[in-house]
Amino acid sequence: MSTMAFLKRSPWILHYDASSCNGCDIEVLACLTPLYDVERFGIINTGNPKHADILLITGGINSQNRPVVRNLYEQMPEPKVVVAIGACAATGGIFRECYNIAGGVDKVIPVDVYVPGCAARPEQIIDGVVKALGILEEKREKMTGKAEIKEGARHAAEAGEGT
Amino acid sequence: MPKRIVVPFGPQHPVLPEPIHLDLVLEDELVVDVVPSIGYIHRGLEQLVQKREFTEYVYVAERICGICSFMHALCYCQGIEHIMKVEVPDRAKYLRTIWSECSRLHSHLLWLGLFADGMGFENLFMRSWQLRESVLDVLEDTTGGRVIQGTCKVGGIRRDIGQEKLDEMHRALDPFEQQCRDLGDVFLNDETVKYRLQGLGVISKDEAYTLGAAGPTLRGSGVAVDLRETGYAAYGDLGFKPIVETAGDCYARCAVRVKEVYASIDLIRRAIDGIPEGPLDVKVKGAPDGEYFSRVEQPRGEVVHYLRGDGTKHLARARIRTPTLANIPALVKMLPGAQLADVPVVVLSIDPCISCTER
Ligand code: SF4
Repeated sequence: MSTMAFLKRSPWILHYDASSCNGCDIEVLACLTPLYDVERFGIINTGNPKHADILLITGGINSQNRPVVRNLYEQMPEPKVVVAIGACAATGGIFRECYNIAGGVDKVIPVDVYVPGCAARPEQIIDGVVKALGILEEKREKMTGKAEIKEGARHAAEAGEGT
Repeated sequence: MPKRIVVPFGPQHPVLPEPIHLDLVLEDELVVDVVPSIGYIHRGLEQLVQKREFTEYVYVAERICGICSFMHALCYCQGIEHIMKVEVPDRAKYLRTIWSECSRLHSHLLWLGLFADGMGFENLFMRSWQLRESVLDVLEDTTGGRVIQGTCKVGGIRRDIGQEKLDEMHRALDPFEQQCRDLGDVFLNDETVKYRLQGLGVISKDEAYTLGAAGPTLRGSGVAVDLRETGYAAYGDLGFKPIVETAGDCYARCAVRVKEVYASIDLIRRAIDGIPEGPLDVKVKGAPDGEYFSRVEQPRGEVVHYLRGDGTKHLARARIRTPTLANIPALVKMLPGAQLADVPVVVLSIDPCISCTER
């Protein structure tokens, strides 16, 4: 829980059910309710991908939801982190041999954290989100780093033009 | 003449934990027509019977839906047992009943919470889910899993509940029932809840029946059909009367579920009182040869597993009809006439479980 101790921002979460059996879904929801209550850390479940930092996906990819998953991911602003929850989201799980399952979420979008389990327990999910926060912070630093380099180069160029 | 517009609702929507897509045809704020489309969670797990042995398929059956997981396993096992003429020991039947009713409790409390959330009653949502956790604790204590239990198998059950634990559960029931009644009181008697729900999404008795609705959606319209009356598992010994409301609106469907929570607690209490000693399972030899329609009453209504075996370890065919699929035509009938703002409440009132529906 060490990341939690110095949580700088309030990450917002978007949850999408790709083709899960619901088991992992309701455990994600259980994280938001009084026993686990992640809202006390400022983590909020949002319905709008444009507000979200972390995408929680349960279930595997099938032909119908493939564009939906990609669409949601693309609508999220950078930096963003994807957490795949449950065996299904990692590999297709128990359904991997079904004719309509292409495999895990990483078939369509890059995944940063895999939370194992069938069903994944709320404690594990929270752990996964905490890991994701670390990655989010790293990505943000990289982005700001890049931005600063760009900014620096721009300033240098402007200064060069001046002389 | 107001202009018609089409508003897409879903597949990803804040009130829907699961993806279903509805095209709502609106005239101003009024819904005039609804076109549902499904398939976002279709996995094709009926075909898995050809790749899994019939005893292993129980695990897949459990994962048709993570909410009524135990009952899917039960329905499948009862079907196979019927085909193979296996008589399950009485203790196993009672324990199956206890776990089924625990699942119903946690499902109904989950639904009450989501429904409250749909109405915009956040506080009630949290309260329902808090109560639900105590049911999940019992499930975890007795089976090892919170939402996927894995205790049902062909020929009986896999685990016993010790007498000590049963006594503890029995003692916990009274305070739990009191808490549920306090919660139910808000759903049934609160003025704002009534104002929001009464007269909304009405479906008449005849319509509900002819459209083939199931479960609380059907019973909320005054049709007294509950498969627990047929007496599978231990329901025959315990006796059961369906809970019926007649108004057919969202309030009636909500009332049916609230009262079923009380009824489940009562069933668990009587099952613990009457549980016999004895073995937990019988040995199952051979392979199923024959076909059967196995039916079980789930929290959302009647589920049907059609199973056909041809004497090999792999079933030839499984066909699963789940209650939400039966309730979608009723939903399409309920929505026209509702305000756009009421759509989430009406959709939730049938307790949609999409991963069941699409298998
Ligand atoms: S990992 Fe297991 S519990 Fe989770 S969605 Fe998949 S089948 Fe369901």
